[in-house]
Amino acid sequence: MNPLESKQTYQQYVEQKSPNSPILKNCFNAFWVGGLICTLGQIISNICKERGFDIATSGTIVSIILIGIAAFLTGLNLFNKIGKFAGAGSLIPITGFANSIVSPAMEYKSEGYVMGVGGKMFTVAGPVLVFGISASILIGIIYMIFATESITLV
Amino acid sequence: MKKLGNQTYSFDSPPTIVDCASIVGPKEAQGPLGKYFDLCIDDEFWGEKTWEKAESKIIKETVNTVIAKSGISSAQIDCCFAGDLLNQCISSSFGLRELSIPFFGVFGACSTFVESMSLAAICTESFAENTLCATSSHFCSAEKQFRFPLELGNQRPQSSQWTVTGAGSAILSKTGSGPYITMITPGKIVDMGIKDGNNMGAAMAPAFCDTLTTHFLDSGRNPSYYDAIISGDLGYVGKEIVLDIMASKGYNIKSNYNDCGILIFDKLKQDTHSGGSGCGCCASVFSGYLFKELRARKMKRILLIATGALMNSTSSQQGESIPGIAHAISIEI
Repeated sequence: MNPLESKQTYQQYVEQKSPNSPILKNCFNAFWVGGLICTLGQIISNICKERGFDIATSGTIVSIILIGIAAFLTGLNLFNKIGKFAGAGSLIPITGFANSIVSPAMEYKSEGYVMGVGGKMFTVAGPVLVFGISASILIGIIYMIFATESITLV
Repeated sequence: MKKLGNQTYSFDSPPTIVDCASIVGPKEAQGPLGKYFDLCIDDEFWGEKTWEKAESKIIKETVNTVIAKSGISSAQIDCCFAGDLLNQCISSSFGLRELSIPFFGVFGACSTFVESMSLAAICTESFAENTLCATSSHFCSAEKQFRFPLELGNQRPQSSQWTVTGAGSAILSKTGSGPYITMITPGKIVDMGIKDGNNMGAAMAPAFCDTLTTHFLDSGRNPSYYDAIISGDLGYVGKEIVLDIMASKGYNIKSNYNDCGILIFDKLKQDTHSGGSGCGCCASVFSGYLFKELRARKMKRILLIATGALMNSTSSQQGESIPGIAHAISIEI
């Protein structure tokens, strides 16, 4: 067989020839590390509630603490190692979001604080913010149309 | 100089590679070829404030080293060819700005080293007494320009390659006792429609095979003529593809073919996935390892084919495929 017969056959051939990521191992690591991060969040949340904070405030405190830890570990050159090991496990929780803002901020510091840190800080997180906020506005509109009663209750 | 076949040129008075020098980063120093390099730096910054400055310093010091080793002063060098991966080739132009040698900036992505050597060889045979070539790459500055911030916690695909931190430099001369550059085969751009920037080996392998078969047809040589056929940096994925394509064309190169990206790192210990890449990979492996083997006459004839992926981060975001290129030089002693 000649892999270079046409562009299509070559692409199919390359697809077949390229090594796959170890999906089972990656899923397992993502599962337990992600679970561990969420458990940590739940513990913080429970402690807050026991100290008398309401659910909303407890949630905010959890986010602040997890973001703080993730940003700190990014600065110590540790979060990328956790991310490499756990993949989506550390990326999907709010820790991944913190890392995606702190890492370009560190990287582009050499271009100055305004155009470097300020300008490039959201290069990775930017799309998440744009589409995350857009989605929440859309859901908000749907919610407003179909469940006006419950809004007034809130 | 005369033309053989379609695109191969053989030199009537082959230029000599007088000397080579290489400087690499800490990860390359821990690799299997660590002991062959002239200098291994301890950290990626090498006392500089930015990675870009560090890369310029690496190429500058590599050039200074080769000038010192060869005994040919910079005033005796008629022109230099240099390039790298950063936008507008700033590592080489900033690194060599104090050198005061007529300067040609060259870009051929990871094929730049052999492209520079080919151009330098042509000049050396025609008008120049001595010429210099140098290329560099830096893992951190390349990641910053082409991929993600270093501290981002993501996973690299298995087919991705690791940009080498390092530089290689060579001085070519009209007179000398070898190793000689006897032939060059400049490559054509070949694009087989691969779009995955994390699978450069697959994107460049067709260009490599095109140049290699053309070289065999033009020169009348066969694979067994060479002690080693070395590709620039196709990595493990590219090497597998090359062996398949060449077999389908009726060439068996299994026994004497290898790749700079495979030679420079230990895949299992260093977690470099498909192997090394970057302008500094082929440059440092040739300058550090292959040149010394040639000089010691452990190898007598090698065909060095550096491959390049001719894309940038904008073209890949716009969904363009990755055109590949491969330039070959035959080096004999």
